[in-house]
Amino acid sequence: MSRKVCVIGVGYSDFNSMTPDIQWKEMMYGACQKAYRDAGIDVRKDVDSFITCGEDYWEGFSIFDEFVPDQIGAVLRPCMTITGDGLYGLGTAYMQIKTGLLDTVLVEAHSKISDLLTPGEIMLHAMDPIFDRPVTGPVQRPRYGGSPTYTKEEPKPLIGATDEKQRVHPYFLAGMEMQHYLRTTGTTEEHCAQIVAKNKQAAFHNPMADYEANITAEDVMGSQYLFKPLKSLEISPNVDGAIAFVLASEERARELGVEPLYMSGFGWCSDTPWLGTREFDGGYAAKAARMAYKMSRIERPREMIDIAEVDDRFSFKELQHLEALDLAKPGEGAMLLEDGELGRDGSIPTNVSGGSLGVGNCYEATGLQKALEIVVQLRGEAGRRQVDDAEIGLAQAWRGIPSNSGAVAIFQKGGA
Amino acid sequence: MTGNDEMVPKDPRGTHVGNKDIYGRKITYSWWEPEVQYNWALGPAMSRFLEELKKGSIVGRKCRKCRRILVPPRMFCERCYNPTDEWVKIEDTGTIETFSISYIDSDARKIKDPIFIGVISLDGASPKHGIMHYFGEVKADEIHIGMRVKAVWKHVSERTGAITDIKYFKPLKKGGGKK
Repeated sequence: MSRKVCVIGVGYSDFNSMTPDIQWKEMMYGACQKAYRDAGIDVRKDVDSFITCGEDYWEGFSIFDEFVPDQIGAVLRPCMTITGDGLYGLGTAYMQIKTGLLDTVLVEAHSKISDLLTPGEIMLHAMDPIFDRPVTGPVQRPRYGGSPTYTKEEPKPLIGATDEKQRVHPYFLAGMEMQHYLRTTGTTEEHCAQIVAKNKQAAFHNPMADYEANITAEDVMGSQYLFKPLKSLEISPNVDGAIAFVLASEERARELGVEPLYMSGFGWCSDTPWLGTREFDGGYAAKAARMAYKMSRIERPREMIDIAEVDDRFSFKELQHLEALDLAKPGEGAMLLEDGELGRDGSIPTNVSGGSLGVGNCYEATGLQKALEIVVQLRGEAGRRQVDDAEIGLAQAWRGIPSNSGAVAIFQKGGA
Repeated sequence: MTGNDEMVPKDPRGTHVGNKDIYGRKITYSWWEPEVQYNWALGPAMSRFLEELKKGSIVGRKCRKCRRILVPPRMFCERCYNPTDEWVKIEDTGTIETFSISYIDSDARKIKDPIFIGVISLDGASPKHGIMHYFGEVKADEIHIGMRVKAVWKHVSERTGAITDIKYFKPLKKGGGKK
């Protein structure tokens, strides 16, 4: 187990709220091509294994793994798809390299969410069909037990074209969780609004970000309640984009003449899906972090982590995750925010990339967006948003609504 | 659990569960129909391909590195991992690579007129490059691997920019030529 794992290449496509000019395969190709170039390798000779992360329902293909080899360079090569966030892909690549059987592994994740017209319905489809879905709106039982049939005269209604189904948007779950978080920690709605302003302002310095905005906490407070206490500006808007990582053993990195940047730890954790018995405290992140810290020999995370990119797909999630990750004590996140500790010059710079609130919600690529920022920062290539003396960074991603699962990866410059 | 009153099946192949068992709620079940709708952006290669079909023509993309002409066209060569370089016009004639004749539908019901489907390597493209499509005007005992075929197009007014703008492929020669 002594073999070390390095990041030797990263690449990403343009990030845009809509990408009608490009096919999802071409978007993946763009990101991977850049990652191979960044690593200085020939994909058709130098990559031992390929991992993509994609969810069939987001993509619109069953058995989505069948459709990925061409655009990532994996035709007739070992290739697999993980139904989950990109960080799970990094973790799997990490383990593959640790075995000593493989030296160089590609990990890719993307969002082409603009191709899906009904993301809310897909999220409802992820909820328990007996106990939870019926409470989100009417479930009409068809006349004969099967799917209702539509005729030419009465076609299946397009989403939004009918009031027939008044189902709630599944993001109400985030509202519930925020309510619980504010109550148990004493954090206020204003604090959460400040997170939004911080991240959207930070995003001005990240060319990849699509949702930078010159807004204040007051602007956020003035935005509409969508799922009280959650307001419209506190929700990360959807974005399309692809990100690719090339991981390799330390020996391989040295052969290629790449300055090693280590992935030193990884952890992941899944909670029960029962909404009725949930803790709503980000426990999945806490356990995943503990696993990753142990692997990386990080005993005092608050002191040792120089920069963190945590899942902020809803404003309060950044604070909740920071506390779960032991980068703040329970309820302390808001204080660190007030003291400016989460800013670029603070003691625990958090989401200086702009986070998901500034970059956009890129679904299964969320974890790789976080990890990408850490890599760019540790390399010292972050330009105007560069954090000084960043040596150890943490990337964390949650599996999104309605899940209670997630992963954590630790990266280190030198040593490890 | 069984839908029948008697627990011991009379039919050794198993106990048949029918509609009356389901609709009569003898079986505990739950129902849900997700509203799933996609609208995929096709990108330059697929878009051009479909536009050309509307005009009654087929196009491919050439990779200068491996010199292959790829059909359907794509913006990158999956073998060389390079962007492809130029558009190439392809013939609407070709050769059957392989085929099958389907006698039942997707719900396993018997189809009155069997459906002929197969893969055609198109003339003007690299070997083993072409499309999957229907065959028509051909009998089960005539169709064979290696048979030369030609596209039968829909009338121009009926074309929508879809693979089905070609109705089917028919034998180039009457009777299908030699096996």
